Amino acid sequence: MAQRKGNYTILFDDPPSVCASSAVGGKKEAEGPLGNMFDMTSDDSYFGESSWEKAESRMQKDAVNKALEKANFSNAEIECIFAGDLLNQCVGSSYGLRDLGIPLIGLYGACSTMAESLTVASVFLESGAINKAIACTSSHFCSAERQFRYPLEYGGQRTPTAQWTATAAGAAVLEKGDTPPFVRAATVGTIEDLGIKDANNMGAAMAPAAAMTLKRFFADTQTNAENFDLIITGDLGKVGTKLLRELMQQDGYHLEHAHTDCGLMLYNMEKQDVHSGGSGCGCSASVMCGHIFPLMRKGQLNDILFIATGALMSPTVVQQGESIASIAHLVYISSQKTGGRVS
Amino acid sequence: MSVLVDLLKAFVVGGIICAIGQVLIDYTKLTPARILTSYVVAGVILGGLGWYQKLIDFAGAGASVPLLGFGSLLAKGVKKAVAEDGVLGILTGGFTASAAGVAAAVFFSLLIASIFKPKEKG
Amino acid sequence: MKMTPEEYDRLSKKASPNSPSGKNITMAFLIGGLICALGQALSLLFQNNGMDKDTAAAAVSVSLVFLSVLLTGLNVYDNIAKVAGAGTLVPITGFANSMAAPALEFKSEGYVLGLGAKMFIIAGPVIVYGISASVIYGLIIYLFKLY
Repeated sequence: MAQRKGNYTILFDDPPSVCASSAVGGKKEAEGPLGNMFDMTSDDSYFGESSWEKAESRMQKDAVNKALEKANFSNAEIECIFAGDLLNQCVGSSYGLRDLGIPLIGLYGACSTMAESLTVASVFLESGAINKAIACTSSHFCSAERQFRYPLEYGGQRTPTAQWTATAAGAAVLEKGDTPPFVRAATVGTIEDLGIKDANNMGAAMAPAAAMTLKRFFADTQTNAENFDLIITGDLGKVGTKLLRELMQQDGYHLEHAHTDCGLMLYNMEKQDVHSGGSGCGCSASVMCGHIFPLMRKGQLNDILFIATGALMSPTVVQQGESIASIAHLVYISSQKTGGRVS
Repeated sequence: MSVLVDLLKAFVVGGIICAIGQVLIDYTKLTPARILTSYVVAGVILGGLGWYQKLIDFAGAGASVPLLGFGSLLAKGVKKAVAEDGVLGILTGGFTASAAGVAAAVFFSLLIASIFKPKEKG
Repeated sequence: MKMTPEEYDRLSKKASPNSPSGKNITMAFLIGGLICALGQALSLLFQNNGMDKDTAAAAVSVSLVFLSVLLTGLNVYDNIAKVAGAGTLVPITGFANSMAAPALEFKSEGYVLGLGAKMFIIAGPVIVYGISASVIYGLIIYLFKLY
């Protein structure tokens, strides 16, 4: 059974295994430094569909099918899928997964969805309610632009703090088994808001949430940054990364040597004109599912903390003058099923 | 020679008006839509006061092509319509003067949007 | 450590790079100036072909609007604007782009409620406040007999 550790952290006694995972990406992502990690990419941003929303759904469907293929499971064997995305009413997930016939729990955590879906899937697995699950999410630059910002062809200028929504999807198959890596613990975040109102500076808005969740995990488990091979945040970008490290430093935690951010890994920061870095659910989902989990399976990484951050605002509340509320969820993933510093 | 001078005047004055817009974008919290709106309203005021016409006389398209010129055109149209048609001109002047530009933008947008598809940015 | 929004505002401002204003302003000046010079060239051309000044000015607007909308459809305008900033925003071409871009983008939701209705999501306020300002101006000159 899952156990509480400290005030916020859940420890899994029988940690679920992430037995297979897949990543799908767009053209820009394929041209980035992690281009080779993708199982599928498309030069056509529409992915052969007629609208951006359909394209995003298509990516999520492809990611799930690819993950199932790699795990050698059929749709019918998966007892529940945990999915979400950035689009209104999470249509990226619901229409993408419509034809699969797998029970769905829809989640909304903005860009934190990958960590959220891994957490919820793990709790379901640990409870014995299900034996096999999928956690997946997606984002698409074009569907996000038209929903949150301006039409694509509109002549606007991006500020240096703006981030680039990744066109990508990731899916992870979880089961009760012995294939590494394992989801060992999770810390569910609280909603944090330090008053940032600039929708072109999501990294600054989300950094306090990441810092809060990370500090709570360290406190709950009596660990610190040195106990982990890698602390990887979802999409803080350049600005958010800097702020997270400063916020952590104020409480005596030094992340410099162990920390990186999926938003800084997915693109070539010098050449690809993504300003502060990548963002979107698909950013961390594809980096984790396409890059990090496989590295852990090969034994090149052992203990990592994945903290995905999400900005929980909508264009409506931002226009009404609200600040950007944020959240961050953490999962501790290890190549070992038992033992180690956190238990 | 006078052609070159005309072009240069249009370039410099138009350029300065755009550069002021950029200062507003970079140093204030004004969004582009707000800047467009303020430029048009400012154009109506400056045009109404009779100042903007002097700049148009000097710089030609350098003053009339930026949206300030669009605003001053609205004011000019209203003034003319009020003089010719009286009270109804208050309402008809603006749209009449700007009809060509607005109708062109509406119709061409419809036409082009029917033909092309949006693409992902480079 | 608990941080107040004011303290965090200071910290985040320090961490956030500013826009490269020098470059932005120069590019806005150059490209905005070029668009206006193109307008002037067209105006002179039209006048040489017998149009009076006001008609030529209207014809210039229509030509630039057409050019801007076409470049929007060809996915070029936004790429120029990325560099030019206000240089492509402030001229009438920016107004035309702000109508063509949503028209294109929202065509996927149909010609009426998509293309037709959304065409004005950015340009709408320009028309609303421009026309309203002109009506107020008309009212003033009518009441005070300033015409």
